[in-house]
Amino acid sequence: MSTEAHVDGNVLGGMLMEMFGAEMTDRRGCCGECGAIGTMGSMHVYVEAPGDVMRCPACSAVLLVLTRIEPVVRVHVVQLAWVEMAAD
Amino acid sequence: MVGTAVPRRLTWLVAEVVEMVDETARARSIVLRCPGWSGHLAGQHVDVRLTAEDGYQAQRSYSIAAPADGEKVILTVELVDDGEVSPYLIEELSEGDRLEIRGPIGGYFVWEPGRGGPLQLIGGGSGVVPLMAMVRARVEGGSDIAVRYLSSARSVDLILYREELARLARDSEGVEVLYTLTREQPDGWTGLTRRVDSEMLEAHAFGAGEEPLCFVCGPTPFVEAVASALVDLGHKAERVRTERFGPTGG
Repeated sequence: MSTEAHVDGNVLGGMLMEMFGAEMTDRRGCCGECGAIGTMGSMHVYVEAPGDVMRCPACSAVLLVLTRIEPVVRVHVVQLAWVEMAAD
Repeated sequence: MVGTAVPRRLTWLVAEVVEMVDETARARSIVLRCPGWSGHLAGQHVDVRLTAEDGYQAQRSYSIAAPADGEKVILTVELVDDGEVSPYLIEELSEGDRLEIRGPIGGYFVWEPGRGGPLQLIGGGSGVVPLMAMVRARVEGGSDIAVRYLSSARSVDLILYREELARLARDSEGVEVLYTLTREQPDGWTGLTRRVDSEMLEAHAFGAGEEPLCFVCGPTPFVEAVASALVDLGHKAERVRTERFGPTGG
């Protein structure tokens, strides 16, 4: 198993739904470091770190980190500038 | 689903294993009955949570292998060596056992007949699982959308759903199934014998001019290579949907 392999934001769909209360994998987010915009499902996610780390596919900036220390999951919002949700 | 997502609390549901199906020596399908299940679209996945006797919990995502059918949810799980969850699901889980699942999850890598086609499906390893749900949805939905399914496996014994796909390709007009074996080929193999590349896509996939909806799922390097080859061949990036997994997780 490589420690460098990433998957994508689809794997965090359940956690994102828990955070935002809606399906988020098809919603756009923006990197606060380089300004790249992509769907949350297309972001790179590293799940072998001590937490789950979401990075920008364009510049690798850390967007979000989720750490699970029972009984809580801590959501570190790092370089995620914004994320879109349905207005209704 | 853009603009129509209904906010809802994602809750853990208790599902019962009603059947275990051996797919290959390294993969099994787990047929679950899940009271309270809300239905799903082909391509969506679930989170599975296991709790040990000491309270330790492990959670993984698995694609759903078949379209919605009441309380039934079918997952196909492939063994990840040194994995934490898949060895349990494959080697120890049996009928009557219970699992916690939540979902369905995913609004990006999904398809239903109303979304049109033609449909180009390209999967590496167990990345074919959500694609199989799409093929089954196409056939069960009575749609006539043309589908091409290209599955890349290391060897013939690791091909998932081979018998069912042979039957679907034979009985359903417009469903074409193709395999490429990247490591070992049995004697007499007449299919493809290398990793999916630009030349293979040009020869066997729908051309960019036909404007297919492309779904690519598999290990990250596979997905990156196939998706960029499709874009280089002129497919519009927004018509190429990708889902990357492993070799992590397990």
